[in-house]
Amino acid sequence: MGRYVARRLLQMIPVFIGTTLLIFLMVYALPGDPVRGLFGDKGGSPQVIAQLRHQYGLDQPILVQYWHYMKNMILHGDFGTQIASGRPVTDVLGDAFPVTLRLAGLSFLIEMVFGIALGIVAGLRAGRVTDNAILLFTLLLISVPVFVLGYILKVIFAFDLNWLPPNVNDPTNYNEMLMPAIVLATASLAYVTRLTRTSIAENLRADYIRTAIAKGLPKRRVVGVHLMRNSLIPVVTYLGTDIGALMGGAVVTEGLFNIQGIGGTIYQSIVRREGTTLVGLVTILVLVYLLANLLVDLLYAVLDPRIRYA
Amino acid sequence: MPDVTKTVPEAAAEDAAVAAAGGALPEPSKPEKTRSLWGDAWQDLRRSWIFLVSAALILLLLTITFFPGWFTGANPTSGDLAKHFLQKPKLGNFFSADWLGYDQQGRSVYARVIYGARASIAVGFGTTVAVTVVGGLVGMIAGYFGGIVDSILSRLTDVFFGIPFLLGTMVFLTSFQNRTTWVVIGALSFFGWTQIARVMRGAVITTKQADYVHAAKALGASTPRIMFRHILPNTLAPVIVVATISLGIYISAEATLSYLGLGLNGVSWGNDISDGGNQIRVAQWIMLYPSIMLIVTVLAFIMLGEAVRNALDPKMR
Repeated sequence: MGRYVARRLLQMIPVFIGTTLLIFLMVYALPGDPVRGLFGDKGGSPQVIAQLRHQYGLDQPILVQYWHYMKNMILHGDFGTQIASGRPVTDVLGDAFPVTLRLAGLSFLIEMVFGIALGIVAGLRAGRVTDNAILLFTLLLISVPVFVLGYILKVIFAFDLNWLPPNVNDPTNYNEMLMPAIVLATASLAYVTRLTRTSIAENLRADYIRTAIAKGLPKRRVVGVHLMRNSLIPVVTYLGTDIGALMGGAVVTEGLFNIQGIGGTIYQSIVRREGTTLVGLVTILVLVYLLANLLVDLLYAVLDPRIRYA
Repeated sequence: MPDVTKTVPEAAAEDAAVAAAGGALPEPSKPEKTRSLWGDAWQDLRRSWIFLVSAALILLLLTITFFPGWFTGANPTSGDLAKHFLQKPKLGNFFSADWLGYDQQGRSVYARVIYGARASIAVGFGTTVAVTVVGGLVGMIAGYFGGIVDSILSRLTDVFFGIPFLLGTMVFLTSFQNRTTWVVIGALSFFGWTQIARVMRGAVITTKQADYVHAAKALGASTPRIMFRHILPNTLAPVIVVATISLGIYISAEATLSYLGLGLNGVSWGNDISDGGNQIRVAQWIMLYPSIMLIVTVLAFIMLGEAVRNALDPKMR
């Protein structure tokens, strides 16, 4: 187990370096100059601009910049400075992270509860009308782009019915966060449903289920204990990797509902050509993604005793 | 994708690929059954209503794409401010310019819905072809040669896979002022090929151990011949399934990028939905009709993928 984790961590290093380098190169290939952007239309004096460029290290070759950036990040936990505000990126992140975490957490809860419930209903009735209706419903959910769904829900629940507020002003207010969380959750909810359904329908035919029924166990126990434990393994794996995706995936949702989270910050830094902020945020998202994948793989061994990592 | 940043397309396709992977294996030939995997699949498809409905929708969409003039005489880019959006849609006037109302610039929403199909279909098909060719090649080479080649290509795939899809394409597209169809296809393919590469690699690894591949090698067939004549046909099933489903996802991604102001310059459903979003309380039709078209289009391709997967997956029979 220890050796497996060590090997996986070692394998992560080249992927981590490659991903950050790729994003670094892409960001600095962008036209536009954040330092010039500080001065507006008139422009600053060349000396001041040169001095600022030097201060932020923008006058060095790109690979040198990348080396310094990674060195500061790993040795000092310093993700750079947001040029527009002069604040450290870690500060910016500290503001945005709890908001996104709340949104992602709520979405996660919705997709888990409703996804698994729908999947169980469909899987137990595989091939019948209920099953087909649920499958069709999930296809529809997958097909509706997030921003369209956001507008539809806004028109229905906020403008026409007046049940929910259309925008988020206070991210600690769960009443306001409900609609964005539903919007963010839908696509994943559809996948959780389909995954649960396939897994349940397949395991229903397994020998151990037949044995359990033959032993005369009540149906509740057969489904609730024997079937669930085995069927939910792939679902748990998917849910695990989805946490990272939900956090990075909120660019559109956060913009649509005026939520000041990581997604919104990333979008603004792309539009403002803020290299350091963008690289810092994406680096953190990549780290979350890589670690989530590792954790899921380890969890897999806990859930399924047949899997052993040497 | 629905929300494109997430690994949603990946998850969908992986789900599909897992199911279809069985179809990639050389089928044991039963004496009473002489039809090939593809023959069987076609028999299945012809009887599936999901396939028939989605195929009909896609045919209609392709007709709209290639012959928009058959559906409307109005010009999607000429605006007449006298026909401002406060003039409500005349739903009785089927197929006329004022059928679905006018947008903020006084352009016919119906004409824009019809002409917007071209952008979505072009990006969807273009990206899928590019992704299948690039991903297929990478996956084939990694899976066939194994060893150090596989390690390098797999890590490279991981690198591109690790960057959130929507974020990557957004950064890529910011570098371009003039975003043509080709630029958008390039951006989506640049981050999209990993999916197919992974599926292809898996399929090649299972297929290359088959006896007939060893036989071909023993007979002295060249490496490209073994790859493309012997291995490729048996790896196509899962790749086709993933490609069909992701076609819908790429159309959705294009619209999302347009919505964020980073998509195509020109007539596109995503742009119109984004514009209409600002008028959502006064003129809901500006965004309603492009949204309906977008949803129907994505749904048609995802349903097609679903039908193809069911037909190619032996477990479903």
